[in-house]
Amino acid sequence: MAYVAPAEVEQIPPAEVEDVELYHAKSWVTKYVFSQDAKVIAIQYSATAIAIGLVGLVLSWLMRLQLGFPELFDFIEPSDYYQFITVHGMIMVIYLLTALFLGGFGNYLIPLMVGARDMVFPYVNMVSYWVYLGAVILLIVSFFVPGGATGAGWTLYPPQAILSGTPGSEGGIILMLVSLALFIIGFTMGGLNYVVTVLQARTRGMTLMRLPLTIWGIFTATVLALLAFPALLVGAVMMTFDKLLGTSFFMPALVEMGVYLDYGGGSPLLFQHLFWFFGHPEVYIVALPAFGIVSDLISVHARRHIFGYRMMVWAIVGIGALSFVVWAHHMYVSGMNPWFGFFFATTTLIIAVPTALKVYNWTLTLWKGNIRFTLPMLFALAFIVTFVNGGITGLFLGNVVVDVPLSDTMFVVAHFHMVMGVAPLLVVFGGIYHWFPLITGRMLHEGMGQFHFWVTFIGAYTIFLPLHYLGFLGVPRRYFEMGETNFIPESAQDLNAFVTVVALTVGVAQIVFFINLFWSLKNGKLAGHNPWKACSLEWRTAHVPPRHGNFDDLPVVYRWAYDYGVPGADEDFIPQDVPPDRVSTGKGEV
Amino acid sequence: MGIFQQLTEKPWLTVEGKEPAEQRAFSLESPHVGLRVFLAVATVLFTLFLVVYVERMTFPDWRPLSEPWVLWLNTLVLVISSAGFHWAWVNADRGDLDGIKTGLLAGGMASFAFLAGQLWAWRLLVDLGYYDMANPAIGFFYLLTGLHGLHLLGGLVAWFRTSAKVKAEVGLAQLRLSVGLCAVYWHFLLVVWLVLFGLLLLT
Repeated sequence: MAYVAPAEVEQIPPAEVEDVELYHAKSWVTKYVFSQDAKVIAIQYSATAIAIGLVGLVLSWLMRLQLGFPELFDFIEPSDYYQFITVHGMIMVIYLLTALFLGGFGNYLIPLMVGARDMVFPYVNMVSYWVYLGAVILLIVSFFVPGGATGAGWTLYPPQAILSGTPGSEGGIILMLVSLALFIIGFTMGGLNYVVTVLQARTRGMTLMRLPLTIWGIFTATVLALLAFPALLVGAVMMTFDKLLGTSFFMPALVEMGVYLDYGGGSPLLFQHLFWFFGHPEVYIVALPAFGIVSDLISVHARRHIFGYRMMVWAIVGIGALSFVVWAHHMYVSGMNPWFGFFFATTTLIIAVPTALKVYNWTLTLWKGNIRFTLPMLFALAFIVTFVNGGITGLFLGNVVVDVPLSDTMFVVAHFHMVMGVAPLLVVFGGIYHWFPLITGRMLHEGMGQFHFWVTFIGAYTIFLPLHYLGFLGVPRRYFEMGETNFIPESAQDLNAFVTVVALTVGVAQIVFFINLFWSLKNGKLAGHNPWKACSLEWRTAHVPPRHGNFDDLPVVYRWAYDYGVPGADEDFIPQDVPPDRVSTGKGEV
Repeated sequence: MGIFQQLTEKPWLTVEGKEPAEQRAFSLESPHVGLRVFLAVATVLFTLFLVVYVERMTFPDWRPLSEPWVLWLNTLVLVISSAGFHWAWVNADRGDLDGIKTGLLAGGMASFAFLAGQLWAWRLLVDLGYYDMANPAIGFFYLLTGLHGLHLLGGLVAWFRTSAKVKAEVGLAQLRLSVGLCAVYWHFLLVVWLVLFGLLLLT
């Protein structure tokens, strides 16, 4: 039989893989707190990211309360509202999604999937997490300094970000910038590990083209992040100088409350270019790991090899490269040369080609597959639909003439929430339902999971589809309240109230997910080895959950990660470490 | 297998009768690969600063700055420092412990001298009345030299740890790795400084 049960692992000739010296923790503290084991670090990263993500979720509820029922909630002042917007955006994009995909999924899956015992620099990896935690704590602290957190919007555009009219322009903005700098330093430490582990620590036989697409997604996203985050760091450092030392890198000559400021000659546009040179790749830093994970979920749960593997790899790499030449499409209304706009509109539309290619390949993977509507599969399918929807509105906004009237409306909010909020989160959930059995040894509860899926999926559409419409009506984003706006019909307010009610409901329903996580930890069905019958190496460890060092003997890889339904084989999957002469065909081993 | 071959491989074909090969993208040791990835990130960071510098220069309020003469001396000192580390590396390959010690000492001391010289340059600028931060050329001067100094300080941590290893008499293989990493790092520092200094002089 093709599937080699872990008890029979000894029968495989011992792998001739040069083993590595492994750090061994000696105390409880070094094992579970200051741990150098990538799997523990992954869980620390994930728990921290999800915890701060919940703060971001609550902030969005507060915003929705104000938008849905203006004048009802006295405790929300305009300055509070701006702080909620700013920190919500920052948390969700950077501190939740980036950290969760790369620090969480990356740390857990990279060593296991490439067949390594751990990351190549475990100590640096540990420090990475603690620096990240420091960044998160600083972000929270910024709410409690005089003046509160910054309310400059997540883009932190100068000059307003550091002028006294903006909430948090005293301490909040400084803490925000320092927190971002810390995040970038911490991420760089982790990122070095992810990249070098994929390049250098793959096990025998694990060629680049045999890597699961999850790893390709995470690897490429890490490269993007390593190259893009420095732009944010440069912007943050120079803005800190402008604020603290009075330089004029970004600050033009200004009159504030009738007083001439000492600034002069600086260019706010320079900051915008820096910010979006980071900001656009950031979209793909979140999307590429999602692409990779979804590819694997679909392949495993449709029992079919991924369609067009090499195309998928090159699409990931191509999207990554293109993401560096589209940044100015976020700046169409900043007064640019039309040819400049033309260039960026063109590159933006070109990036849709490899992306569409991926969608076709996912669909073709499903074609004639033996589809199982497991929870990970449901979330993966929901992702494809949502990403296509969100991507299509991206094509609207990528065109200058369409973007200009829609700029700064709720349409933009709806677009980016669909494409880089809801879509990646669906993958996060799918990934958690898929790998929870590996991490804990137990399955998540199916009923609770089904409830969670349908409420989240339908709920997300009920929230964000109306926002597209509000955007068309001209409802602006970032406004504390409408005021006198004759061109917007009054019924728009009813829709806003409806969206608020749904958002609160869907948000609260996430409790079921967390109950499921904790309940299943103790009471979930035992998963055993490889409950999804997947081919990739993370399911081939001797113990579930995998112990320190991951494997007993390092596995040797003989095939790609997608040998599902191989003609002639007894079982419908052949794991990556099964040698060709040990595949069972019903006529005995060949 | 070359990288191009690796990327054009058809993974769905299982190759039979062939022992799976070891997989490393680069023959360098992993810490060296890690260092180079880090230096690539640092290169992007410095490049972005320089792009912003050049871009900011095009605005009408730009007033050029005359660089203090001591920077020439500092450049020489940094060259010595880089050469010292290279000397240590060469001797590490030869297995000459005394040569390693001399190189590390020269490299480290010259680095401290460089930092002192940079502080002196700052002092000279202040004495000349160049502390009006609203002048972007001055702001950039402090920013860029400060950042380069920080980068050097980070290297000195590695230098300190390497020196500790020399003292602890760890094996030569381990020492060769540490010294090699230091040497590459200092060569990078030198190149960055030459580019920065050149740009500061020209503008």
